[in-house]
Amino acid sequence: MTEAWVVVGLVGAATVALKSVGPVVLGGRTLPHRLTGVVALLAPALLAALVVTQVVGGDREIVLDARLVGLAAAVAALLLRAPLLVVVLAAAAATAAVRVLV
Amino acid sequence: MNRYRDGARAIAPIGVIVLAFGASFGVLARTAGIETEAATVMSATTFAGSAQFAAASILGTSGGIAAAVLAAVLLNARYGPISVSVASLFRGSRLRRVVESQLIVDESWAVSRRPDGRFDRHLLIGAGLLLYACWVGGTAIGAVGGEALGDPADLGLDAAFPALFLALLVPQVRNRRALAAAIAGGTIALALLPFTPVGVPIIAASAACLLGLREA
Repeated sequence: MTEAWVVVGLVGAATVALKSVGPVVLGGRTLPHRLTGVVALLAPALLAALVVTQVVGGDREIVLDARLVGLAAAVAALLLRAPLLVVVLAAAAATAAVRVLV
Repeated sequence: MNRYRDGARAIAPIGVIVLAFGASFGVLARTAGIETEAATVMSATTFAGSAQFAAASILGTSGGIAAAVLAAVLLNARYGPISVSVASLFRGSRLRRVVESQLIVDESWAVSRRPDGRFDRHLLIGAGLLLYACWVGGTAIGAVGGEALGDPADLGLDAAFPALFLALLVPQVRNRRALAAAIAGGTIALALLPFTPVGVPIIAASAACLLGLREA
């Protein structure tokens, strides 16, 4: 599937560039304060959007299904301060269980 | 040499989790239509979990090349300022600095931060090397072994995606502005979901980072 290789090449090249920006281009200098503030908020904004689209996303529609139960299990695991791996396994197991039972 | 080993040792518990995550990326990439070689090359060149999961999941839901690349690049944009923060640790030729800087990931960066706020080169490189081996090796194992797995939906693997992103989000929300950005980003994505092609809501949500323009 060539589509996948195009994505792999472009994302790889962009990431190599991003990770080497500081060491290669900027040297010891730092970004302007305001720009740093904007970039710092990219991660929380994008990750929240990913949670929403992955849990209720469909093809141009909002789909409520067993994934919601999985997310609830993940929230419970996070509240119990479970490690990352346990959080993800809890979500998968809860979702799989609902699909078997319902 | 020993000091590089200190970095590997410090990150070893996370290495086990990264190995398992690499394997789950291999499995999920295959279910998204990305073959074993492409998934492994992606882990070797991109070496950033959330961006790779995002690109694979968008491709898997027919979101298109542009949306997959944009979402992954936006997720990795944080490595610009992160790499700036540790820029002084990298010396030598330009090529050497490019290669070594690829070992910067959230975890190796975090473990190399000393209590006085400065960063330790040996800890970052040592931890980065171990994590790199775990991530790429895990991906190959998952992509090859994943063929033996059945329908990923039966195993609830589609729910593993939002759980993973939520788990990655929680430590990012360290202050009020980050929380506001997360809420705004999630709201924008939810509002656009019914009306736009897959992938667009995620990229539009990145506009929430403009909240950072306000003075703190």
